[in-house]
Amino acid sequence: MTTIRHHLTDDLIMGYSAGTLPEAVNLIIATHVSLCDDCRAAVEAHDALGGAVLDGTEAAKLDEGCLDATLAMIRAMDTPAPRDIQMPQDPVAPGPLLDYIGGSLDAVKWRPVGMGVKQAILKTSPDATARLLYIPAGTAMPDHGHRGLELTLVLQGAFQDDEGYFARGDIEIADADLHHTPVADITQDCICLAVTDAPLRLKGLARLAQPFLNI
Amino acid sequence: MFGATEPLDTRDATPIATAPITRHVRGNDRDKAKPVTTGTADENAPDWAAVLIRIRDDRDEAAFVALFQHFAPRVKAFLMRSGADAAQAEECVQDVMATVWQKAAQFDPTRASAATWIFTIARNRRIDALRRQKRPEPEDLPWGPEAEPHQEDRLGLQQETKHLGEALASLPAKQRDLIEKAYFGDLTHTEIAEATGLPLGTIKSRIRLALQRLRHAMDRK
Repeated sequence: MTTIRHHLTDDLIMGYSAGTLPEAVNLIIATHVSLCDDCRAAVEAHDALGGAVLDGTEAAKLDEGCLDATLAMIRAMDTPAPRDIQMPQDPVAPGPLLDYIGGSLDAVKWRPVGMGVKQAILKTSPDATARLLYIPAGTAMPDHGHRGLELTLVLQGAFQDDEGYFARGDIEIADADLHHTPVADITQDCICLAVTDAPLRLKGLARLAQPFLNI
Repeated sequence: MFGATEPLDTRDATPIATAPITRHVRGNDRDKAKPVTTGTADENAPDWAAVLIRIRDDRDEAAFVALFQHFAPRVKAFLMRSGADAAQAEECVQDVMATVWQKAAQFDPTRASAATWIFTIARNRRIDALRRQKRPEPEDLPWGPEAEPHQEDRLGLQQETKHLGEALASLPAKQRDLIEKAYFGDLTHTEIAEATGLPLGTIKSRIRLALQRLRHAMDRK
């Protein structure tokens, strides 16, 4: 595992665990966590809090026959699902991302956006937008119009901006106030997963970045 | 503190994934091995991880019924407080508990308590039912019989989870309410920023350790 220097904020981790974030944000978090054991541990710790909440919830009354109906369901089930053993199938795109790009980076339908930069918008719920960006080595990223929160996860290559150097697995969390001009590292073409909030979600999501920016 | 490690170590010698061990853990030996702690209400609560392991390894239907009777009413309450109506919640409870049975092989007691694991299934079902979305999940870490979990990792994690539950229960009502609302999906995440002071760091370190062992075991292959 490479060393990851730029991580998720606690707010994002908690939102992911609670299940309250837009699908595109969940996607970038799941992709980062696939590469980062620190954030995976943090997510699972927050899941433990969710478990404690569930366990402490006052029990509701079940309908009569609920247990019997469930027993009928499990008796009708085939042999249990084997333990998931999914080896990484793509050296660049982790599992959760593969589901959104048709199983392989080769399947991505890139569209040029100028300066040799290409993008592909992924299909998610409309409350936030996920896109893959392909930036040729040494190229400055053009303004791709983010107005609120922008999360950028590096999958291949690296980029540099005022906030630092971001390599594979690193995630940058920026809001509209951060004027940054990321430049792709000269050694390799850079592939990133970028998520921006849709205008409707602007206020709510943009606030997520605040603890990070207040540092 | 150091006294607590000894009983754990003696049990570390036995493999976890066999049926006799789960009985062992649930039996009287467990109480002998347990370090003396201040008595709390759930001191005698069943070891749900062990129950889930009986479901996982023995496909034990009686264990499933016990687990169902404890968790299904809580899952229903959780779903209703998350915005499901009673009929929807009732249907989802059956799905959630059937998924517990079906996916029991994926339960790893070094990384989650039974409540935590059932919470993640209920949460995903809620996202699916209420928002008609799939929740992207992290890539699973591959582990086979070679990477058998350490008994001490399991007991440590379960212990930390218990502490977390106690810490949550002892929070001032206002703060506890805030955290509950966050997990019921009632709040935006910034409103929960105050959800600090809970012993999440220790659980995180535990899980981090379990992940490290897993990676090392994989590297040796």
